[in-house]
Formats: sequence, structure tokens, C-alpha cells
Amino acid sequence: MAVTINVNGVDHPVDAAPDTPLLWVIRDHIHLTGTKFGCGMALCGACTVYLDGQPVRSCSTPLSAVHGKPITTIEGLQSPAARAVQQAWNELEVPQCGYCQSGQVMSATALLEKNPNPTDADIDAAMSGNVCRCATYARVRNAIKQAAKQLG
Amino acid sequence: MRRNYTAKSYTDVSSALVTNRRGFMKLMGGLGAGLTLAVNLPIALADQTATADGGFEPNAFIRINPDDSVAVVIKHLEMGQGTFTGLATLVAEELDADWAQIRPEAAPADATRYNNLLWGPFQGTGGSTAIANAYMQMRQAGAAAKAMLVAAAAAKWQVPASEIGVQRGLVSHAASGNSARFGELAELAAQQPVPPAESLKLKQPDQFSYIGQQLPRKDRGKNDGTALFTLDVQLDGMLTALVAHPPRFGAKLRRFNADSSRTAPGVVDVVQIPSGIAVLAKDFWSAKKARDLLEVDWDESAAFMLSSDEIMSHYKTLAEQPGLVARNDGNSSTALSGAETVLEASFEFPFLAHATMEPMNCVAQLTEQGCELWYGAQIQTGDQLAVANALGLQPQQVKINMLYAGGSFGRRANPHADYVVEAALIAKARPGTPVKLVWTREDDTRAGYYRPMYFHRLRAALDSAGNPVAWEQRIVGQSIIKGSPFEGMIKDGIDPTSVEGASNLPYRIPNLRIELHTVDLPVPVQWWRSVGSTHTAFSTEVFIDELARLAKQDPVEYRMKLLANHPRHRGVLQLAAEKAGWGTPLAKGRARGVAVHESFNTFVAQVAEVSVDDNGTFKVERVVCAVDCGVAINPDVIRAQMEGGLGYGLSPALVSAITLDRGRVVQSNFHDYQVARIDQMPAVEVHIVPSAEPPTGVGEPGTPPIAPAVANALSAATGQRFHSLPLKLA
Repeated sequence: MAVTINVNGVDHPVDAAPDTPLLWVIRDHIHLTGTKFGCGMALCGACTVYLDGQPVRSCSTPLSAVHGKPITTIEGLQSPAARAVQQAWNELEVPQCGYCQSGQVMSATALLEKNPNPTDADIDAAMSGNVCRCATYARVRNAIKQAAKQLG
Repeated sequence: MRRNYTAKSYTDVSSALVTNRRGFMKLMGGLGAGLTLAVNLPIALADQTATADGGFEPNAFIRINPDDSVAVVIKHLEMGQGTFTGLATLVAEELDADWAQIRPEAAPADATRYNNLLWGPFQGTGGSTAIANAYMQMRQAGAAAKAMLVAAAAAKWQVPASEIGVQRGLVSHAASGNSARFGELAELAAQQPVPPAESLKLKQPDQFSYIGQQLPRKDRGKNDGTALFTLDVQLDGMLTALVAHPPRFGAKLRRFNADSSRTAPGVVDVVQIPSGIAVLAKDFWSAKKARDLLEVDWDESAAFMLSSDEIMSHYKTLAEQPGLVARNDGNSSTALSGAETVLEASFEFPFLAHATMEPMNCVAQLTEQGCELWYGAQIQTGDQLAVANALGLQPQQVKINMLYAGGSFGRRANPHADYVVEAALIAKARPGTPVKLVWTREDDTRAGYYRPMYFHRLRAALDSAGNPVAWEQRIVGQSIIKGSPFEGMIKDGIDPTSVEGASNLPYRIPNLRIELHTVDLPVPVQWWRSVGSTHTAFSTEVFIDELARLAKQDPVEYRMKLLANHPRHRGVLQLAAEKAGWGTPLAKGRARGVAVHESFNTFVAQVAEVSVDDNGTFKVERVVCAVDCGVAINPDVIRAQMEGGLGYGLSPALVSAITLDRGRVVQSNFHDYQVARIDQMPAVEVHIVPSAEPPTGVGEPGTPPIAPAVANALSAATGQRFHSLPLKLA
């Protein structure tokens, strides 16, 4: 049954089962591939998107839960916080393999939009759901601080 | 043509993939002659140097385009270690290009041009060899291209080539005032004779402008979702395949009923393949749901049914008996039997999964020409052979389109090309249709190819001054390379990857004996970032610390004294200790521990600082790491690999283990196969020892020292001994 979902400001008709995770709707139906599959159980954060402005794990959010709420993926990130995070990510050379980094950037941006001046403990709390097997964590932490400083 | 580079100098220290030609005889049986010639050529020279669009291809590694961009062909897989940046730096240095004009691109699978020079006629990435094998090759490629650009400019301007200078992508002649970008000279450069390698003058280190600098990485698109991985490949008509694998290693399919799966929405086909049952659907979720509907009857009569504790107890029994001798200096048993002070310890290591962020996947399509693959191939030549064997093709009919790999840590260098062959065999059922095989996290965690379980038994004797006079170490575990195409590396029954890190123990101990028991189990095993050193660094560095403690000597000084003939070990140890403030007072509940280890010809020391609280929990607060990897090509990439390498090693140190319960893999996803997260990551400082030695790799060597450094810090804090991983306080 076709439903319409709004991703990055664009309406998309989607013909998928209601239990289809939002991740696979975004990837296989809308063909946006920046959002990654890592675990399928909301354990690693690689699939993080915003639903109605709030970060969610799209691998564990069924299409039926979207209810007309707008969705933002890594491709639709535009806020000043997002730009600061992405710039800091580049300047500090955070990514290695890069596979988890869409999710890291989404979580880091969401953190800074809520908390413009996070402590180490705030960063750990907000980012511990995002696994990076390359263990870029030290740079993630520093880049968030740098982005916070730039946003001032 | 001169060989500036010999594999021999690098093969004296054992490492997983650095091997001899004999080791590849079996593997290379399917490839024709003619490949060996390329091995001896530092640069595979192209017959035709002009490209159709007026560009210039001086050799197999460089293409200068009319738009002034310089494509640098990278023969190694970019999996996060920074090889696109490192190899491109070498070309840019000798070419005197502008870093901004350099565009790395992945090489096709072609061992005649893109072989790993340390592996013979074989293309692949691993054993931390990319920079080590390509250092001279890529520099020569750049120097040859520059010489042809200069020759073109000399002809165009009618001036002597010796008066022409090149800087940051600009070719110029001061006296006449002429200058040109590379792109403007490309067409004319293609007509110049290819210079013989011996005529090329490479730069001296004091002339380097890029090597040693922190150039920005070239693998971009990783902060905005635009970098493409295998999972992101989209082809017309492509299907997604999920496979139901047997629940135990060695189980066979008896019968299955796919009626419900076949009629499920989106499903196109269900096919039996040797490794299981593949469900092909239009999208992932349809395939996943249909796979869940399969009714499968597995025959487990010949399946492996042992549990981890049963395997370990078997290993312990074996360790009571002498094994094959991997190294024997002096007479350890005489020295031990006459000694006053003897220390013993046993170490236990579980299976480990690689758990790359991108689970294994591969896109395959059978075409009229053969088989086309899209993925991040790590050992292209081996994968080509394996797929060709499975499909009845010639290896050169297997075409590989390279993508970035979402981590590997050894997993994608599978000697059997397990998931690649699986993808090809599924595609065989639907000729012409591209098929994307996707493993779920559960598939990936339970498919095997683990770092093997090991048991180590150690005994050492001290003399009256506290110096070790004897050291005996028995290692028990599976061989990674037995039964694989790399089997030829086994000498006199010893798999060097089982004992490396112990068999080359650097400490001055007159009576030293390392023995090995190799156990055959049907659990698939494989190299895991730093291979043998994942376990030998832990047992040897924890044990030497315990000997120092027994001798009532400082662990750093004790090591320094025993490393008198190992200046590079001493160099990193001293630097790490100094930068960590070794010996200075710490707050209550805090302690430091140290470890030093050589792997893949790179030397790393780490000082870990831990805090232990009254509830018996601990945290790794800070790690100071010193590395000596010869000439530092890109210091920031080296730092990143040290940070990441020790971060990767923190997982087995703190939380990760794969266990078997009557043959079944207990863990399935990140809730029970736990990995280190940001709140477990210490502050890390990396210091690089200045060096003029030939550059060596950094992908793996950061991993081995972290677990023993943390264990030694915990020992210093608590007085407890730590002989198994993950670490747990009593």
C-alpha cells in the first residue's frame, strides 16, 4: 500500500509493507544511500536520521511509525550546527573507513543543536550509541568541541 | 632494469601475508606465465602512453588529464587506513604536483601491473605492507612522469631540460619566462620516450616537500554520506540476496521448504547454494522477511559440537606435552631445573570476530564475458582465482569494480574468498542479473573466520640479580593458514602466524624456547588486525612485567636493560615513558602500565593510565603511544592508525569475545558481542620517532600493545594478575 513520506523536504510515494524499517525505505525505495546499515537493532547508530527533528535509529523505526512526520537524512543536513560539525570532521580528519560517519555526524549535530557547549560527559552520553570500529572516538570528541567553539 | 627493491629484506620477520614465492605456488597454479616479469619491474610501463582524450599515461599508476588533474592509480584497498592518501603522496612528491590536482582512483584487479611487491605476482592489501612495498615504486612512477613532462617542455620551448624546474604542478623555464601546467603538456609528454628507471633521480629526504607533511586525506565524502561503499551500489534490475547459513560449522542441508518464501511479496527466487539457501528479492526487507519464512532441516550429524570451555580444556591438556619447536636458544629445561626463582603463568584467549561496521557484502553479475564484481576487494588476485574456480572461468574473466570498504581488520582478506564466492554462486543462478549479497550483523557475527582461540603456558627463571635466564612458552591453537592457499608459509609444521611476536621475542634471555601445538578444528579462523601479535604481545608483555615485579625492578628499566641490542624497541619505549611522565606520582586509584611490541617491522610502545574505583570497576583514562615506522609519510595518518589500532585492541581487552555453546556461536549482534564505545575510549597521545629507515606499515602495529599495557596498569593498581581477556578485576 502506497504512503507518502517527506524526506529532506521532498514528498516520496512509497509502496512498502508497514513493518519495513525506515532505513530500508530510505535506501531501497528512495535510493538515498548515505544512511548506513550496521546492526538492524538500534545498537550501532550507523542508520541515524531525524524524525520530526529528533534523532532516531531508522533500522528500528517501522514505516508505520513515521505518520507524516518529516525525515532528515545525512543528505538533507543543512543547519549551521551541521555545517560546523562537517567542517570540524574534515579539519580534524575524523573518518577512517567512514562507514559509521553519517551516523556520527547526525548524532553530533543533534547534540550541538540541543547543547551548544557539551562537556566530555555530555559527549559520551550522546555519542555512546554510535559504534566506530575504526575507533575514531578521540577525534569525534575533539571535533564536537571544535564545532561547538566555532558555533560559539 | 634495476631492482631498487627486494622482498627479501622484508621477509625476515614473519608477518601474516609477507611470504615467499613457494607459498603462492598452489595459489598461482591457475595463472599463466608472464606475470613474474612484472614482479621485477618497479614500474609497470605502459606500451602506449597517450590517452584518447589527449591525456598522458606515463605508467600504470599515473594519468595526467588535459584538465590538469592527475589521476593516481592506487593498487591497495582503501578501508580507512589512508592508503589513498599515502600512496598518492609518494607520487605527488616526486612528480612535484600540486596536492589539490591529485585524484586517487582504485586500480583494477590486475596482478601483472598492480601486484604487492612483497607478495610476488599477487595483488592484495594486508600485513601492513602498502607503504612498505610501494614506497620506491610510486616514487619512481612520479619521477618518470615528471621527467617526461620536462622533456615535453624542453621540446616545446627549445630549451635544455636541465634548465627546467617543476614546482606544485607548474613546469617553468626561468630564463625564457615560459611556464605550463601539467595538463597543457600532457599530449606532448605522451610522445616522449619513457625514461629507464635507472636514469631517474629520486629526491633526498631533505628535498621532500610532501613526505612528512600533514597533507589532507584524499578519501573524502565520508562526512556527508557521499562516499560509496558496496552496500550503496545500485544497478538496473539488481536483486538483493540474503542467505540462510547452517546453525553449526559442518552442518549440512538435509531438506528445506521455501513455499512461503517464494510467494512472499518482492521475492524473485530462492536458490540452494553450497553455503546455504539464498533468497533473492527486490529489496533487503523483502528478502529478510522471506528468509525468516524458510523451513530448513539441517543435518547436524557431522557438525562441530564442542563448547569453548571444552576446547580450552583440551588446549590445556595439550600444553602439558612438548610441541613443535619454533625457536630454541640455549637449553631452557636445564636452566629452569637449576633455577632458584621460577615463575609460571597460563594465558587464555577467546575467538574474536572482526565486526566491521559494514557487514560482509558483494555485488555480482554473470555476464557473457565472465563475472563482474563490485565490492572492496582486499586480495584481488586470490578472490579472482576463487571465483574463477567456483564458476569454471579463467581468473582474468573475473572483473572487480572497487568500492571503499567499511572496515576490514583482516576480514576481507579471506583466503577462501568466502562471501565473494557466495555472491558469485548466487549470481550464477540468475545469469545477467546483478545480485547484491548482504549479510546481516547476525550473519556476519556467526559466519566464523574468527581470530582463533589460544592457550599459552609460560615458565621463566630468574638469576640472583633478577635477570631472566630461561623462558619457555608453549602456544596451543588453530593454524590460520593451514588448508588455505597460504599454506606454503608453514615450515616444519610451524605456522609462523601462530607464534610471531613470541618467536622473535627481543629480550636478552640466553635460554629461550618457543613451542607450538597446532590443533585442527572445523571452526573457520582468519587473521585479525595484527594476527599472531593479538595474543603473543599480551602473554609476553604481561609476563615480562611480572618478572620485573618479581625482580623488584621498574618495568621500563627492566625492559630497557634486556633490550640492549634493540635500539628501535628502546627508542619507542623511552619516548612513550618520557611523554607519559613514567615514574611521576599519580592520583589515588590511578596507575600506569607499559608494553612494547614489534609487529610488521614497526615498533610501538604504549603507556596506559587506568583508574580503579572502590566498586571494582576500572577505566582506561589515558594512553601515550610512541611509534617508529621508519620515514613518516603522513604523520596525521600515522597518528590516526595508532589511535584506531589501540582503540580496536581495547575491544578484546575490555569486552569482546566469541564463545561456542555445543558448537553454536552464542553471540549475534552488538548487544552480546560488545565492542568499545566512545565512553571507553581514553585520551590518546601519539608520538612519532624521527627516522630515516625505510617506511613500514601502521595499520596493525598499534593494536598489540594496548591490552598488555592496560593489564599491567591494573596489576600495578591492584596487585592482581591478569591472564585472560577480556580483563576482569577479581
